[in-house]
Amino acid sequence: MNLSNDDVQDILSLLDSLPYSELTLETSRFTLQLRRSAEGGWTQETQGLSQRVLAGPVAPATPPAPPSATPPAPPSGAPPSRGGPAAAAAPVPRAASDAGPDAQDIVAPLLGTFYRAPQPGAPPFVDIGGSVEADTVVAIIETMKLMNPVYAGTTGTVTEICLDDGQFAEQGAVLMRVSARTG
Amino acid sequence: MLRRILIANRGEIAARIVAACHRLGIETVLAASEADLDSRPARLSDRTICLGPPPAAASYLNVAAVVAAAAATGCDAIHPGYGFLAENPALARACAAAGLVFIGPAAAQLELAGDKLAAREQAAAAGLPVLPGGEAATAAQAQSLAADIGWPILIKAAGGGGGRGLRPVHSPAELAAAAGQAAAEAHAAFGDPRIYLERFLPTARHVEVQLLGDGERVIHLSDRDCSIQRRYQKVIEEAPAPLLADGLRTAIHDAAVAFGSRLGYRGLGTVEFLVADGVFYFLEMNARIQVEHPVTEQVCRLDLVAEQIAVAEGRPLSLAQQEVTVTGHAIECRICAEDPQGRPAPGTVTRAVFPAGPGIRVDTWIQAGSAVSPFYDSLLAKLIVTGADRADAVGRLRRELGDCEIAGVTTNLPLLAALAGDHGFAAGGMDTGFLARLTERTPAVAHG
Repeated sequence: MNLSNDDVQDILSLLDSLPYSELTLETSRFTLQLRRSAEGGWTQETQGLSQRVLAGPVAPATPPAPPSATPPAPPSGAPPSRGGPAAAAAPVPRAASDAGPDAQDIVAPLLGTFYRAPQPGAPPFVDIGGSVEADTVVAIIETMKLMNPVYAGTTGTVTEICLDDGQFAEQGAVLMRVSARTG
Repeated sequence: MLRRILIANRGEIAARIVAACHRLGIETVLAASEADLDSRPARLSDRTICLGPPPAAASYLNVAAVVAAAAATGCDAIHPGYGFLAENPALARACAAAGLVFIGPAAAQLELAGDKLAAREQAAAAGLPVLPGGEAATAAQAQSLAADIGWPILIKAAGGGGGRGLRPVHSPAELAAAAGQAAAEAHAAFGDPRIYLERFLPTARHVEVQLLGDGERVIHLSDRDCSIQRRYQKVIEEAPAPLLADGLRTAIHDAAVAFGSRLGYRGLGTVEFLVADGVFYFLEMNARIQVEHPVTEQVCRLDLVAEQIAVAEGRPLSLAQQEVTVTGHAIECRICAEDPQGRPAPGTVTRAVFPAGPGIRVDTWIQAGSAVSPFYDSLLAKLIVTGADRADAVGRLRRELGDCEIAGVTTNLPLLAALAGDHGFAAGGMDTGFLARLTERTPAVAHG
């Protein structure tokens, strides 16, 4: 049983009749700090302390089907926040392309997961040798559940795809290189 | 009677469902990705099972892993929450095949509601007013359709919904390029390139009706106004919708119930409408529990998750239409990890203080130490205030927002405070362009 909003209300109605302006309740499962605010109301700060009870790992009946290969998992228990292990391993912005004066880089507009295809099993938006226009969608970057299309932003031929499908990309990381169309 | 439910979700809705289950005496197993194994919902749940690596495609969106997790932990049902697999007919079917109860509508109902174009046609057939529009399969078709509809128009993705895949177009010259891009984006984001056009009403209100059905009978649980939006994403929601003429309100409720009844709807669902100049139009149906469900719970004094579980158990509705009453006024605001430009701002929460007291409810999943991952959405908490009337609720919202303190990640609290303090907001009845105009006026608070 966990602390509910109704429980907090009940504690507050008790506190309201007492002269105290702060209460800290600590159990093995949670801490609750209630403080009188400047406006005369109350604030709450809670911390769940229970350890989660982990059920055994489950082998899915069929292999998972994310967009192509499953990206490598960061170490268990290390949420991939900015600056965490996953971010440290993620590609960082590279120097401008050295593929020639006509080469253009397509970079990640924001940090997130790089996908080359619109959905699992679908053909990629573009391959090496494919030609692109400025408004061609070449990839998706998924950030916080939002699927953000990546536009080529330039006209030419894709010469290099710098990340694997499903890999994590920092903002500004080079995703693809495009050489300007000649003739 | 369900004994153990697998919750295939994360964040505040996972914590919300755990609380409802515990109140009902139902055990919970949280199915979480590796990124969420130490999250607050995991600590609250009776047990937690790992679904897979952090990317949603490898965990929360993996139907086979979710169903296998339920089977391995002896669950008899799966609650999908919202987002992720909540409206995916494949999960509903996989549950049926595995002998599990899917806490949501039938697969066919999910399919119909998920195809926004098909839903629009069903709504029209059920006698609901729809905006002038239709499918645009070719550029030529788009041009002639747009000429019939009148400008401006909104390009929508048939596989979209929830404010995603929308693109306004203001003149015929822009249409061909915009339609091409919209189709490519729809294909990218939803795996379905079909687009349709509708008349764009930039100054309409967004009003929606909460439905509850048991497969035979459908009732409404009044309405909500969700017009405060940023780039088509809801920011503040309230119940009931303010300043609606009684006749109009009743007509909107009746239209929503007519649509739900036509589908023989089972579960919780929301029918969304646009309201402009005293006229309403069907937008779409969301076949799941919604983020903003607490405002309805507060004014109707119901636990919608409990009602949802009851109808999933095969029980008839626990109440009749005339037993649904609305008392007071509730407002919810979505506290999100985002920068002033509205871009997601991941990080680690170092402190999370919220107001407490009568008329205040906070649904959250964060506490000191919570990692806000770039893999998932940016919602941190929902602050819900309830007052005797709208003015009372607005006053509370202003005060209580001042008692929110979140450190470690950038949040939209300054934007919410500016909104709550705005006298246009206090007047009520804002349209969907309100927030964009406010942020233009006060760029220091937030850029649109």
